[in-house]
Amino acid sequence: MLRALTIAAIAAAAAVGVAFAASEAEHPEDYRFSFDSPLGGYDMGAVQRGFQVYSQVCSNCHALEHLAYRHLGEEGGPFAAYLVRNHETGAEEMTTTKPEHGGRFVEVTDNPYVRAIAEAATITDIDGTSGQPTDRPGRISDYFRRPFPNAIAARASNGGALPPDLSVIVSARHGGADYVRSLMMGYTGETSGAQHVNRYFPGEKISMAPPLVDNAVSYADGSPTTVAQYATDVATFLQWAADPHMEQRKRTGVIVLAFLLVLSALLYLAYKQVWRGESH
Amino acid sequence: MSGHSTYEPKSGFTRWLDKRLPIVRLTHDSFVAYPTPRNLNYWWTFGAILSLCLIVQIVTGIVLAMHYVPHIDHAFDSVQRIKRDVPYGWLIQPIHAVGASMFFLAVYIHMFRGLYYGSYKAPREVLWILGCLIYALMVATGFLGYTLPWGQMSFWGATVITSILGAIPFVGEPIQTWIAGGAAIDQPTLNRFFSLHYLLPFVIAGVVVLHIWALHEVGQNNPAGVEVKSKADTVPFTPHATMKDLFATSIFLILFAVFVFYMPDALGHADNYIRANPVQTPPEIVPEWYLLPFYAILRAFDFNIGPIDSRTAGVIAMFASIGVLFVLPWLDTSSVRSMRYRPAARQFFLIFVVVSCVLGWCGGQSPSVVLAKSGNYSGAVRWAEGGQLIEQPIVATSEAEYPAASRAAVSAMRERTEILLASRNGPTGGMVRATVGGTPRSIEVRADTREELDEKINEAKRSAFGGGAPFILVDHNIPFEFTVTRLSQLMTAYYFFFFLVLLPLLGLIEKPNRVPDTIAKPVTGQAQGAS
Amino acid sequence: MAEAKPADAHGADGETRRDFIFIAAGSVAAVGAAATAWPFVDQMNPAADTRALAITEVDLSAIEVGQQIKAIWQGKPVFVRHRTPAEIASAQRDDYASLKDPEKDADRIKQADGEPGKAEWLILQANCTHLGCVPLPSFDPAYKGQFGGWFCPCHGSDFDTSGRIRGGPAPINLRVAPFVYLNDTTIRIG
Repeated sequence: MLRALTIAAIAAAAAVGVAFAASEAEHPEDYRFSFDSPLGGYDMGAVQRGFQVYSQVCSNCHALEHLAYRHLGEEGGPFAAYLVRNHETGAEEMTTTKPEHGGRFVEVTDNPYVRAIAEAATITDIDGTSGQPTDRPGRISDYFRRPFPNAIAARASNGGALPPDLSVIVSARHGGADYVRSLMMGYTGETSGAQHVNRYFPGEKISMAPPLVDNAVSYADGSPTTVAQYATDVATFLQWAADPHMEQRKRTGVIVLAFLLVLSALLYLAYKQVWRGESH
Repeated sequence: MSGHSTYEPKSGFTRWLDKRLPIVRLTHDSFVAYPTPRNLNYWWTFGAILSLCLIVQIVTGIVLAMHYVPHIDHAFDSVQRIKRDVPYGWLIQPIHAVGASMFFLAVYIHMFRGLYYGSYKAPREVLWILGCLIYALMVATGFLGYTLPWGQMSFWGATVITSILGAIPFVGEPIQTWIAGGAAIDQPTLNRFFSLHYLLPFVIAGVVVLHIWALHEVGQNNPAGVEVKSKADTVPFTPHATMKDLFATSIFLILFAVFVFYMPDALGHADNYIRANPVQTPPEIVPEWYLLPFYAILRAFDFNIGPIDSRTAGVIAMFASIGVLFVLPWLDTSSVRSMRYRPAARQFFLIFVVVSCVLGWCGGQSPSVVLAKSGNYSGAVRWAEGGQLIEQPIVATSEAEYPAASRAAVSAMRERTEILLASRNGPTGGMVRATVGGTPRSIEVRADTREELDEKINEAKRSAFGGGAPFILVDHNIPFEFTVTRLSQLMTAYYFFFFLVLLPLLGLIEKPNRVPDTIAKPVTGQAQGAS
Repeated sequence: MAEAKPADAHGADGETRRDFIFIAAGSVAAVGAAATAWPFVDQMNPAADTRALAITEVDLSAIEVGQQIKAIWQGKPVFVRHRTPAEIASAQRDDYASLKDPEKDADRIKQADGEPGKAEWLILQANCTHLGCVPLPSFDPAYKGQFGGWFCPCHGSDFDTSGRIRGGPAPINLRVAPFVYLNDTTIRIG
């Protein structure tokens, strides 16, 4: 009975997988992201570049309403800063690359990179004395600037189409980051009325014009400035945006599973010990 | 089993307490000295696993309730805030979400175990019914909880399920409005669903206490299905059963942890990461995996049964599929408990397990998906090239006469040409159009799917019209299609057939294998070759 | 240690081994339970968004001499008081009075980084150090109080123009909020 039920259970699990995989026009290209594997973390260089692409391109239409500027500098964020002692000069230097070992995490309230990013943004707020809406430079506790004040304004500026919020877009789409990346690269160049043909979009007609062109965003780190590279980077950034604690979760998982394996082994020995000499 | 107590307080304090509140005695008698059949296998460890699941859900749920905001404008955001900003929220939220699935996985195994080993039979009917009640409460709690994140699936799931209640004759719509607190799923619904979702787990805990009480009154069933006869048949609950339960629980936690840490979203649905939108239904709406079999039964009824319309029939069948479990003790007529000794019943049981899984699969599919077909899809587009177009009116004296008049006009025309088309344009009038003297042309197409066929026929039509045909004739040849709905109907039929026909009949006609006299005999007697 | 000795499995050797396994399993399980408890305790601590609101900026230019405003810092009120010369003189004179919690006025206007402050600006956490009520301004004749600072309506603690406790049940002076001058007319609290 055990075997029969196990087979049935596996069949059921497979069936569920099929159920959720269905209903896609063209299956997104399977790209090997660094975070795909059970232990894989984020390529923070790609997350940083993806943030740049988002800021310069996507953010003109798409909000990231669940992200605040401070999130960029929290542990596991792309601009988390660390103080590392330089062995030659002995001075402490700040870096956004997580050191292999050592290094002191800089609290996000003291993080100059995040502060600069926040202050570069213009946030609409209520003026403290007049009570009227006013613009001010962003603070790290501000949520990302929204391109439109509300959904009606967003539709009005986009020919009736609503640019979706991108905070959890990779979780909200079958195919996740692969889908986002493929979508960015899936334009055929044809149009259909006001819409654009994209092989990966359900129904293949999308209201968004091709957002990325080669050399539109210049990278400081020398990465190629191609649509493919932009697409990969922005997909990586949006994966981070949707699941910022993934690295911590995976790390904790290793510890928890190792612990449970040891505990199970000990409990098994204890169980055998208890039942020693008992027929059953 | 609730015989004399073997507890003896050892210290002065425990003696003092025992006279005033014999709680240590109760615990000792229930979970330490309690005699457990010695032949229990790993399927019996799921009771302990389920207790853990309930505790995990209540503890994580209370934590989440500290941060969750039951308001339609803030619910979705507050869940995101829990996952992003609350200390360890990224861990506790997925434990709760995955925990629901783990809870159902364990309860299904627990229920299948009860079915296989006849744990519902006398004297355990009340024990079984209490278990069914817990399951029903779990379904309600799971449904209410799934609404709370206020994603698209939350909203539309709640809409569909409350509409199911609306199908109840006469009182359905008032009940639907009463449940939702308005004409649609909205703020009042979310607020009360949150309240009830918080309440029900404690009701479950209460029924679990009754379930355990009933269990300890009648004693545990066991794989042999033979009642415990002597002390030789049992071992003390602690440490023997406790240790086995702990080990099995630890293994179960490994599976739990794999999902929480590495696949937290695998059992959910992507659309629930989209904020609820009352004006747009997602392209496919499915419940959580653990409700898919019932969803398949609900959708299997695409036909009216006499005066019962298809929606009501589906709803009745869905509730009946759970309701039938409550009366199971009186449906099974066999006096042999364990299917280990019922070879015929065992085969049907295994089919039942597979059927349940297939139903679950069907529930996740689009109902119109074609699984098998009797042949290819084919079609033909026929028209005439050149020739002369003739139009002959059809005139009938009354509406009832029209078909006869039409037939007469068509057969008259058919003598002159095959390329003709009759069309009706009023109650008594119509027109036969035909092409005489032209070259008959036709395009035949074949396809693998209905969509492909339509596409190819449209293409053929375009080329025919391009050739100047005034009208064209289209023949469709659709093979018999075996859809997900048909499969669901077959599986639903077996589901009820198993409970309502097989179990009552098998007990009367089957020949069970010889059942051992005692639990201890097959266990200890194996060396002597007894079987 | 996995090898069993059939002859004396229940003897002293078996006992030791059994105890070892039980103790090991029990200890590991206890460690696991303790580690599991921590996230459920820690989740009640301030969340990241709450912690990020730890900074408030106040524009001083709109506060006239003799006035105070209440700024909100970390969800709590902060007195920003523009003292009159008379109040400053009174506060400095009382440096040498008999004080329950002796402190110099000059120390109570210091910035968080240790730099000296400005005598006319007093930045205090507004919750009474007794049980947390917000004291009323006793420089306003509408309210009680003998020392020209603040008077707590809940239990009658009386504070002077430097926010020092002079009478009533509060044990210590009103706390100075951590602030720095960003420029002549703006301070940052936190």
